[in-house]
This record gives sequence, structure tokens and C-alpha cells, in this order.
Amino acid sequence: MRALASRASFLAATLLMACSHEQSALAPDGGTARAIYQLFWFFTGVCMAVWLVVMAFMLAAIFRWRGSSPDPMLEPEDASERRISWVVGAGVALTVLILTIFTFASFLTNKSFAEPRPRSVTIKITGHQWWWQVNYEAHRADQTFETANEIHIPVGQPVKLDFESPDVIHSFWVPSLSGKQDLIPGRYTTLTIEADKAGIYRGQCAEFCGIQHAHMAMYVVAQASGEFAQWRAQQLQSATPPHTDQLRRGQQVFQASACAMCHSISGTNAGGRVGPDLTHFGSRMSIASGTAPNTLGNLTGWIADPQRMKPYTRMPSVALTGPDLIAVSQYLESLK
Amino acid sequence: MSAAAEPLRDTDLGESELEARVRSLWRTPRGVIGWLSSVDHKQIALRYIVTAFFFMGLAGIGAVVMRLQLATPDAHVVNPDRYDQLFTMHGSTMMFLFAVPIMQAVGLYFVPLMIGTREVAFPRLNAFSYWNYLFGCLFLWFCFFSNNGPDVGWFSYTPLSLSQYNVGHRADFWAQMITYTEVAGLSVAVIMIVTVFKMRAPGMTLDRIPLFTWSSLVTAFMIVFAMPAVVVVSTMLILDRMVNTHFFDSSLGGDNLLFQHLFWFFGHPEVYFIFIPATGFVSSIIPTFARRPMFGHTAVVLSLVATAFMSFGLWVHHMFVTGLPRLGESFFTASSMAIAVPSGIQIFCWIATLWSGRPVFRTPLLFVLGFIFNFVIGGLTGVMVASVPLDTQVHDTYFVVAHFHYVLIGGSVFPLIAAVYYWFPKVTGRMLSETVGRWNFWIAFVGFNLAFFPMHILGLEGMPRRVYTYSAEMPWGTLNLLSTIGAIIFASSFLLLLWNIVRSLRRGEAAGPNPWDGDTLEWATSSPPPPQNFTRIPVVTSLTPLWEHRETLPAVAGLRVDRREVLVSTLTEAEPDIRESSPEPSIWPLFAAIATGCTFLGSIYTPWAIIYGALPVTITLIGWFWPKGTKEDES
Amino acid sequence: MKPRVVLDVAPLPENSFGSRTLTWWGTIGFMCLEGMGFALAIGAYLYLRVLQPSWPMNIPPPDLLPGTIVTVILLISVIPNYFLEHWARAYDMAKVRIGLVLMTLLGIAPVIVRTFEFPALRERWDTDAYGSITWFLLGLHTTHLITDLGDTAVLTVLMFTRHGENPRRFSDTSDNAFYWYFVVLTWLPIYFVLYWLPRIG
Repeated sequence: MRALASRASFLAATLLMACSHEQSALAPDGGTARAIYQLFWFFTGVCMAVWLVVMAFMLAAIFRWRGSSPDPMLEPEDASERRISWVVGAGVALTVLILTIFTFASFLTNKSFAEPRPRSVTIKITGHQWWWQVNYEAHRADQTFETANEIHIPVGQPVKLDFESPDVIHSFWVPSLSGKQDLIPGRYTTLTIEADKAGIYRGQCAEFCGIQHAHMAMYVVAQASGEFAQWRAQQLQSATPPHTDQLRRGQQVFQASACAMCHSISGTNAGGRVGPDLTHFGSRMSIASGTAPNTLGNLTGWIADPQRMKPYTRMPSVALTGPDLIAVSQYLESLK
Repeated sequence: MSAAAEPLRDTDLGESELEARVRSLWRTPRGVIGWLSSVDHKQIALRYIVTAFFFMGLAGIGAVVMRLQLATPDAHVVNPDRYDQLFTMHGSTMMFLFAVPIMQAVGLYFVPLMIGTREVAFPRLNAFSYWNYLFGCLFLWFCFFSNNGPDVGWFSYTPLSLSQYNVGHRADFWAQMITYTEVAGLSVAVIMIVTVFKMRAPGMTLDRIPLFTWSSLVTAFMIVFAMPAVVVVSTMLILDRMVNTHFFDSSLGGDNLLFQHLFWFFGHPEVYFIFIPATGFVSSIIPTFARRPMFGHTAVVLSLVATAFMSFGLWVHHMFVTGLPRLGESFFTASSMAIAVPSGIQIFCWIATLWSGRPVFRTPLLFVLGFIFNFVIGGLTGVMVASVPLDTQVHDTYFVVAHFHYVLIGGSVFPLIAAVYYWFPKVTGRMLSETVGRWNFWIAFVGFNLAFFPMHILGLEGMPRRVYTYSAEMPWGTLNLLSTIGAIIFASSFLLLLWNIVRSLRRGEAAGPNPWDGDTLEWATSSPPPPQNFTRIPVVTSLTPLWEHRETLPAVAGLRVDRREVLVSTLTEAEPDIRESSPEPSIWPLFAAIATGCTFLGSIYTPWAIIYGALPVTITLIGWFWPKGTKEDES
Repeated sequence: MKPRVVLDVAPLPENSFGSRTLTWWGTIGFMCLEGMGFALAIGAYLYLRVLQPSWPMNIPPPDLLPGTIVTVILLISVIPNYFLEHWARAYDMAKVRIGLVLMTLLGIAPVIVRTFEFPALRERWDTDAYGSITWFLLGLHTTHLITDLGDTAVLTVLMFTRHGENPRRFSDTSDNAFYWYFVVLTWLPIYFVLYWLPRIG
């Protein structure tokens, strides 16, 4: 079992490595990101052309007189001034034309994003200093569940994200899928994301939200709808009960120590609401909001001294003996 | 209404006697007290410039430290707390303590010379503004060096900057020192407007005002209407923090976007306070080195005015991802794009001037060409971020960092260095080395582009701003390293500039009054200019007076020489109207600034400081304005 | 460069009033930036108001009486202020002295009534955003009121010393009167926003 767990975490880690490049506006895999990508290249192409023309004129302006001895002072001639006025006027007209086209292109792209689409899944994302709380919503209370820093979505279906922030402003940004959207205390904001193909997409907070803004990442896992349904069904279940003495010891330590004051594990009496829900912690790819891959070693190090991996994190160091530490870590990793 | 004997006038004296007399009249007294009492606009402007460059140096070193931290993934050059202080100080200093003040300061030095007057309007207010500015800078950096620097960004967004998330006094220092230094900026803006409106030499009608003067005037207007917003918002912030008001507390009716609206209502025009004077430098330098008057002078003036107006209508493009209504956002896309038109007109006019002139290659022109190269890149990426969809991707990423450094460094610092090379001979009487100047340019140009171009790609590849580190799994290492190398190269170009300045001050070639054969009035007087600027106030008959009059300059007679006297002229036609006295040096502005500074400093700790401070401030102000019975007082 | 005299400015006056002088323009400049501050504060008020379903948030609108008294005093003060400026331009020392004393008193009166205006808002600044912005607006105007009062008082004292004889002082008096118009004028929109807007909207 332990071998299996470590192999699974190894797999998660390699997956993470392999997919790390998927945090890029230049590698779009979703509806709006793709449209923005096309718009970006349209803008960039035109802008490069404009820049080259301006530079050509500037260099020509300088080099056409290279070698001729400078006059004391030139009295501009009317005829040549008029000629130049025409060229300048044409340049201005062209500028206006290009900007008008840009404005329209940008408006049309923006408009297409606003078109309402049926959305199968609604997820509430809550930004915290410095992690993401993820609540899958449903009409029936027993169909809702909570996780953190990892969002699973079905491929090819628009997913509605409702944002909330109880502390400071954060910004949700998974560049391969969509542009960003701020989470502002006291204001409702929302975003629709969609992945065209299965994959793992990384994102991170894009609005400065305090000292660990750098370590506030999340993963979006796009899965075929069957797999997604399976994942969802699994997440709805309570935590796997420990089935070895070592894991039982881990659970006891977790419940008896400060851990349970901040974290919840459904099906146990750990019900803290301050930190991420850990019910299916072992199934997640990363710890500490994408700070490190979720491996037993990393987790043990993180619990032993959170401030080392992520200084100023809200998670305190809990004094545990070596064996207790390992038991807790193993227990958490068993929560698939 | 004194019926005293007819006062002594310049008509009563011979040329050399007159020169000596006027010089001693306008000279700043010797000694420490004299130095502290100076109201000479040139001295004050120079103090501003030196101070601003000094703090730019500190903020620049801060930038290099940040670049070292980001050069490799998971680096430990500084801890995250220090890193946040660094980027906050870097942004706040560069925007509030360097860029805006230095642009105003160059105006304070050269505008009176360009418009042919002896002093700015309200010289004591000018001195007062400098002391405020200096103390504000010192306080803010003292906080940083005592590891208590503000750490919530130069924008200090709420709620992160509220006391709940920012314990201690870090954000209070930011709020109060910004307000305090903005008092200086606002005062200088008023001084500039009145100086240009009412103190132009006779004959300098609106169409004969040099372009740099126009740019300073337009900027001053923008400051008057935009800067109050940051004063209001930073005051609201400190009230929320200190006396529990709820402007930004969404649970009690406040709103966090109110902060952003107010901040950017100021913040966007601010970019143009920095850019417009820079275009003024360019429009001064290009005609001189192209050897012809500026092509499209009127179009350029109108572009400046248009830019100023439009810059007030695009602040929302800083808030495209806050979830505002889409229709409103589209309007701001259109307005943000449209502002590229007046900038485009200026660029075309500069190129047209070069095209039809006979460009002479000297260092100032080289920096101007570098400016066009870089600024056009920054302008075009500006058009990109104006688009709502594109902005949702690049907003708050390194793409934006690249964009605004291209605009601010490419668009303003390059012209500023050009201006240093161009006007250094006027200020000091000595030329900077041309050889060192060329090295300076190429190192700055290569270093700048190496430092900032890769950031465009980093942003697109998903690197957000204001992260103190990134993981090795992200593909950002190489470009960040390149960028750091570029930043070091770019920083070293400033050392070269410093060395060039120090070297030239000691043994630079003598400049003479007009080394570049410039066309505007600052070149008519000696280098460095005498305390009185002009022994006789010139009379202006053309836009390019020094190219018009090669032998003698038409001038005014009849001013008194027993007191500091300036000529007040009419607004549009610049007809001489009144001979007003100009205040003599005074130590009171310094005392008033100390009293004001202490009040602001105290108000960081207790709101009662405003009450306690009112008395010393009032006393110093009375001391300042109370007549001393000098000739200047008795008009 | 050698100067060549083409213009004699000796006949020009050494003192003047209004828009011919530097100080008048400086005053205009400060009025613009302070006016902008008022405008932004009013803008912030309206912004916060739009966000709320009811305004004031939990209490009745402010008591009208003190604010209305201040408004009346300020409006009345415009009349002597007008004459004061007129007398200053005529260099009429006796009347200027009377006018300045009167204007000092008319500056003190609204400050006294103002102290009743804050309680009339019925809410402290730290209760909610409504309290914060109303105190802010009122405070902002009060600072202007007190500053100009201080300025008028010092000028009044100056006018009774030997420095009063200086023509420049008459120009200062005129500028001071000019600034008082600004203080009165900025109050009117604030009065409307603070007292009437919660009633009509």
C-alpha cells in the first residue's frame, strides 16, 4: 500500500513537471484563451509592422544626410514642408484607421465572451491568504463538496466560477484557459472557463495579495466527462478510514493536535474551517497551494516546518515527535 | 503709495555697472543660513534634480536587488518581506519621488530662462515645496532602512493596506509621505502655471512659447487636476487605518473599488506628467540638432493639450479585470487607444523634422533616437493592453512590467538623459564628454532592452508581477537571468553618466553661452546663468529668437535696480503690464516645511498631531508672510 | 549676447489688482486644485451612495438647522465681502479696516455653528461609510473655513500696523476677499449633497 502511495505521488509529481509549461497565454487550450491568443497575434503582427515602418522612416531621416556638411541653420521651404505635411497626415490617418480596427476587433472578441452559454458545473472559488478554497455547488446539499487548490472540470463544457474573497483582493488566472478575474471583498465576480482537451493547467494568483502572493497557485484538471463524474463521486465520499495501525495513529495525532483546529476531514471529528479541507488530500497534486508536489517527503517537511517552505504562511509549526509526524503525513497521504 | 524719490533704474547705469548691480541684487546670500534661505529658482531646481537623481539611484539599486532575487528560481537573496518593501519603495520612489519631481524641476530651472524672466512666481513657495519634498523622501527612505518600509505596492490597494492586513505603521508612512510630497508637486504646478501665464518676456505671445515650456505648462495643469485625487485617497486610507472610518470597508458600506477609481484617476494622468515633459525635451533637442525649426509646431502643441485632456478619460483600463460592466470597459478601450493618436502625431513631427533637417550627431540626439526606438515599442504594447480581452491575459504580469518600463524609461528617462547632455553645459558652463556620452548611450540602450524585452515573453508565459520568487518547474529561468544581466548593464550606464558628470565638472571643456547653437532664450545668457538670469529682460519677436537675432537681442529697459523686480505681462499677448517685486531670500519657508513635516510625521502616530501641529505651522507661515520692511515689501 | 533696448517699462505700475497680478492667478491655481479635491470627495459620496439600498444607511437624514444657518451666514457674508474688495481697490484704509474686522467676525460665526453641524449628522465617522464620507466632506470644508479665517485675521492685524500703508496690502485684501467667495461657493454643493440629497433621493 505504501509502495502504491509513493508510486502515485511520484506519478503526480512527474505529471506536475510534465504539465508545468501549461501556464501560458501562448499555449491556449480553452475557448476564451484561444480567442485572445488569436487577437494577440493579430495585434502583434500589425504593431510589429507599424514599428518597422516608423523605424525605417527614422533611420532614413538620419542617414539620408549622412556626410553632407551641416548648414548653420535651415530655413524650411514651403513646397517641401507641404510635401512632408501630406506624408505626416497620411501617417496620422493610418494610425487612426489601425486603432479603429483594433478597437473593433477587441470589442467583437469581448462581446463573444459575454454571450450566455449553458454551464453544467458551478464552482465557488474563495481566495484566501494564500490558498484557494474550492466548493462544488449543487442543488442538493449532499451533492456539494469542498476541496482546495485543485479544480477538476469536464472537458468541452463551460464551467461557471463564482468568486468570493473574505480577506484581500486576489486574481484568478489560468492563462491557458482564460484571462484573469479579480476576487474582490464585498463584490461578486464570476468567470466561465472551458478546456478543449484533457490536461492539467496551472494557474496562480495575479493580484498582489500579501507576502506569499508568489505561492498561491492552483491546478485545473480537465478530464473526460466520465472521469470527471468518477472523480466527483469519489470527492463526495467521506474520508477513507485508516486501515492500519500506523494510519490510525496518524489520525489520532491529527485529531488530538492543533491540526484539527484549522482543517476539516469529513467523517472524522476534525472540523476546523480556517485552512483547506483535507478530506481527499491524498488525491491532490500539490501541497501549500502549488508550492511543492504532494509527496510524502514534501508533506512531512511541510508539516514539520511550514515557515521554511512558505515563510509567513498562516499555518503554524505544530510540535510533533518524529514518529507522530510521519504517522500524520502517512495518514494524510492515504486520504485519496 | 510712498512719495519717495524716484528709485534707481537700469537706465541710470552703464552696462557693466548694471550687470554688477543686478547680480548682487539677485544673489543668494553666502553662508549656511544664506544657502538655506535661497529662493533662486535655479538653485532650488538643481537641488530638486540632485535629490531626485539620488533617490532614483536608491530605487535603482533596489531594482537590481530585486532582479538578483529573480535571476534564478527559488533564490534567497532577500526574504519575501524585504522584497515587498523593495518593490513598493521602487515604485513609489520612481513615480512619486523621482519621475514627477525631476520633470517639474527641469521645468523650474529652464522655463524662466526660456521665457526670459528672472525668477518664478512665488519663489518662497518654491523653496517651501523643495524642503517638503526633501523631508518626505528622507522620511520614507528612513522607514525602509529601519526595515519598516511600506510593503503594499506603490498603489497600496485596499483591503491589503488596511490595518487588518497591514499591522504597524508601514502603510501609514506611505499614505502620509505621499500626501506630504504631493503638496510639493501641487505647489510647483501652480508656480509653473502662473510663471508661464504671467511672466513671459514681452512679445512672447502664445504662438512663440517654446515647446518645452508648453509641455511644462500642460503638465502643471494636469497635476493640478489629477494630484488631488491621490491626496484624497491616501487621506481616506489613513483615516480608515487610524480613526476607523469605513471608506473601504465593504461590510459597512465602503467599497474597495472606490480606492482603485480614485487612485487611477490620478495614476493614469501621472504617466503623462512624466511623459509630456519628456516630449518637451525631445522637441527642444531635435530642432537644435536637425538645424531647423520644429516641423508642425502647432500640431505638437495641440497634441500635448489633447493628450492631457484624454489622459483623464482612461483610468479604468487599469481595472479591466475587476468585473466592471462590459459596455463601460469598451468605452475605455476606445479612449485608451485614441490617446495613441496625439503621441503618434508628435513622433511623426519629430521624424519629419529630422527628415527635412541636417541632423548633427551628438549624444543628446543619440538618446533621442533611442527614445523613439523604445517608446514606439512601449506605445504599441500600450495599445495592446488597452484592449480588454488582451488585458485580461497580460494585466498584472511581466508583460505589463515590460510595457510601462518601455514607456517610462524608454519614453521619459532616455529623453531625460538626452536633456542632461543637452543642458548640462548651460547649468555648469562645461561640456560633458562626447566619447563617454556615446558609450553611455550604447550601454544604456543595450542594457535597457536586454533587461526589459524578455519580460514581455515572461508575462505571456504566465509570470505574474510582484512575486518574490518562482519555482524551478516554471520555464522562466533563462529569460529572468537575461533580464537581470540586462538590468546590471543598464544600471552601470548610470555610473558612467555619473563619472562623465564628475569628470566634466572638474575638467570639462568650457561651453560658452550657446554650445549647440540652440534657438531658445536660455542660450542667450551666460553658462551657468547669473543669479538674475538676464541683466536686461529680452523682448521676443519670434519662436526661435536666437536664430532670428544673431548679433544683438532686443531688450527691455526701465526696471528698478534697488529691489528684485520682475515684469508681469498679459496672458495671451505678453504685453508688459506691471513691474512687481519678487521676494528676497527667507529662512521661513524652511521653518514652515519643518513644521509641516513634523505635523505629517506626528499624524502617522496620532490624529491629534494635526491639532498640535497647527500652531507651529501657523507661526512659521506668519513669519514667512509678515513684511520685513525691505524694498521688496514696499511696493 | 548684447542687448539692444527696444522697450521702456518704467511707466508701468508697481501694484495692481485682480487678474493682472501673480497672486490672483496663484489663488486661482490653488482654488482649482482644492476645488478638484471637493469635487472628488463629492464624487466619492455619490459613488458610495449609489452602492447602498438606503441612504443614510440606518438613520434619518441630518438635522437641517445648523447647516442651513451656516449657509445663510455664508451667503450674507458675500455682501460685505463684495464691498471690502471694492474698498481695497480704492485704497480706502478706514473702510478696509472696518470690512476686515467684519469679515473676521463673519468667519468666526460659521465656524462656531459648524461645531453643531457634526452632531447634526446623527452618526459618528466610525459607524459606517455614510458617517465617514459626511464627516470627511464637512471636515474638508471646515479646514478651508478655518484657513481663510486665519488668513483674514492676520491680514486684519496687519492692516492696523504700519505695514498696512503698503499698497500691496490692499491687493492682498482683494485676493483674500476673492478666496472667501471660493469658500462660500464650494459650500453650496456640499450643503446640497449633505442635507438635501438624502431627502429628495
